[in-house]
Amino acid sequence: MAAPMQRPLLKILAWAVPLGLALLAVPHVVGPFHTLTLMYGLVFGIAVLGFNLLLGYTGLLSFGHSAYFGAGAYAVAFMVKYFKLASMELFLAGSVLVSAVISIVFGFVCVRYTRIFFGILTLALSQVLWSLAFKFFWVTGGTDGLRIPTPWLLGMDPGTDKMEFLAFRYYYYVLAVFVLCAIVMWVIVHSPFGKALQAIRDNETRAEFVGIRIRRYRLIAFVISGVFAGLAGALWAPLNGLATPDVLVWTFSGEIVFMAVLGGFHNFIGPIVGAVAFTYLKTYAVGFTVYWQLLLGTVLVVLVLALPRGIMGMVEYLIAKLRRPR
Amino acid sequence: MEFLLIHVLNALLYSSVLFLIAGGLSLIYGVMRILNLAHGSLYAIGAYVTAWAIGTAAAAGAPNAVLFLLLPAGAVAAAAVGAALEPTLLRPFYKRPEEYQLLVTFGLLMIIEDCLHLIWGPNPLSAGKVYQLAGSVNIGTSRYPAYNLAVIAVGILSALLLWAFIYRTRFGVVLRATSQNMRMASALGVNVNRIYIQAFTIGCLMAGLGGAIVVPGQSAVLGMGVEALVLAFVVVVIGGLGSLEGAFAGALIVGFVREAGVALFPEVELAVLYLIAAVVLLVRPAGLFGRGER
Repeated sequence: MAAPMQRPLLKILAWAVPLGLALLAVPHVVGPFHTLTLMYGLVFGIAVLGFNLLLGYTGLLSFGHSAYFGAGAYAVAFMVKYFKLASMELFLAGSVLVSAVISIVFGFVCVRYTRIFFGILTLALSQVLWSLAFKFFWVTGGTDGLRIPTPWLLGMDPGTDKMEFLAFRYYYYVLAVFVLCAIVMWVIVHSPFGKALQAIRDNETRAEFVGIRIRRYRLIAFVISGVFAGLAGALWAPLNGLATPDVLVWTFSGEIVFMAVLGGFHNFIGPIVGAVAFTYLKTYAVGFTVYWQLLLGTVLVVLVLALPRGIMGMVEYLIAKLRRPR
Repeated sequence: MEFLLIHVLNALLYSSVLFLIAGGLSLIYGVMRILNLAHGSLYAIGAYVTAWAIGTAAAAGAPNAVLFLLLPAGAVAAAAVGAALEPTLLRPFYKRPEEYQLLVTFGLLMIIEDCLHLIWGPNPLSAGKVYQLAGSVNIGTSRYPAYNLAVIAVGILSALLLWAFIYRTRFGVVLRATSQNMRMASALGVNVNRIYIQAFTIGCLMAGLGGAIVVPGQSAVLGMGVEALVLAFVVVVIGGLGSLEGAFAGALIVGFVREAGVALFPEVELAVLYLIAAVVLLVRPAGLFGRGER
């Protein structure tokens, strides 16, 4: 039994180790600009990994993941403002708790539906949070948002050089959390639970017939997905330095969907690739023209028309083509 | 009493515009089973085109009657955009999963939003001249803008027209048949492609009309489409996706709740609307008037 398990593991290690070393070297090789952009990409990567547990593995398209991401970010902001906390570990724990509670409540309502109604319902509920953040400005700072100072990592003072902190120590912190999240998600989707989700995605009736409790499984997937997004929101908050309602509004959910499709949601690492690629794309598009939405919108339409399986789908196709016996 | 009447009129005003937007969205979903995320942007196109046309004409010193005649320009423009979009961008997606339809319309939304920015710039555009020209009427001791009454009339009239069109004409029969069973309609000789393009164009025309009649009262601004879309979602979710009666009832509910919200509970006014939508979905998944088929 051990031998067939080891081979895929070796295969994964064969590309994971060089990639990991490259990621470790990043802050020393490239400047802070690229390090920070990559960090945004990794942070979004966590959120999109979570999102894809629903879309890619359970077959549910959420158009409201901004709610859990934003909940994570605002959880950090509130902990700073009202409890005067500064420890990143507490921030992460707090945002996991808050996003779990919100996704349990929202998920309880949403998982009764599938397809388009699921999408609309997640969207409508996420807008509840947005409108609250927008209207209760004396609590949330309204559109100005709430400032988030540099946090303490593992009980260590961040120091005064913010750029140095973000580009080195915080980068490694984010990288560590990211790797941990990716491993956890990998284990989840390859566990019996993950297989059950895929069975639900492929054939609901059959899955129910073999004894899978569909609604409960969907709810668990929904909550895991929300917690990943919340965790990403918490990591994002100190990086951005400001929590604003922009991360709660539904168009940000659209960007999360965009990232998943760009990378390819049929593939485990597609969402990560998509998140990093999207972050670079958006950063350059925003720097290049004020009409970046036009550019990204066109990319999205062309992508959906010509490359529906995303970047990783394309890569898989090319690899399969190269391997084909001549 | 008088105070209440003005609130009722404001609610009706808001409901009229909402009905035009949400009715179009619902019509398109009912016939084509496609949820158009760019629908709000077509409403914005209507607003921008009308504001621009009236603004340009007024600056050129056109007579007042011409300004009123230019009002529907936005509706025509939105319909033209819709007629161009359906066969080119949407048609390849009918046989593919919904996530792709949502994504392509989301991409479209981004494109249209920026095109408006590109053409008309970042500043709000207004057609306030028409609003002033319409004058005001006396309600008790207060004065109420006559233009708002005209908007309410347009809303009611278009609801009636649409109803007559769909339930009393031959085209309406074909449209309903296609909506109920596209394959059967196609087998019986209905040109489904043509019905789709017509339905989509009518839906966009309504959204554009909504934008066109709203713009004398308030300015056309960037982002108005995104905001309108979410409210239109609330309306169709309450009323039932794909049902025109539902869009009508939903628009009235949202209009009145919003007006009451602005007066009584301004902080949670939007949250209450979204929560109503969520509760309706829980209690009656297909909406108040939906056909519970899906």
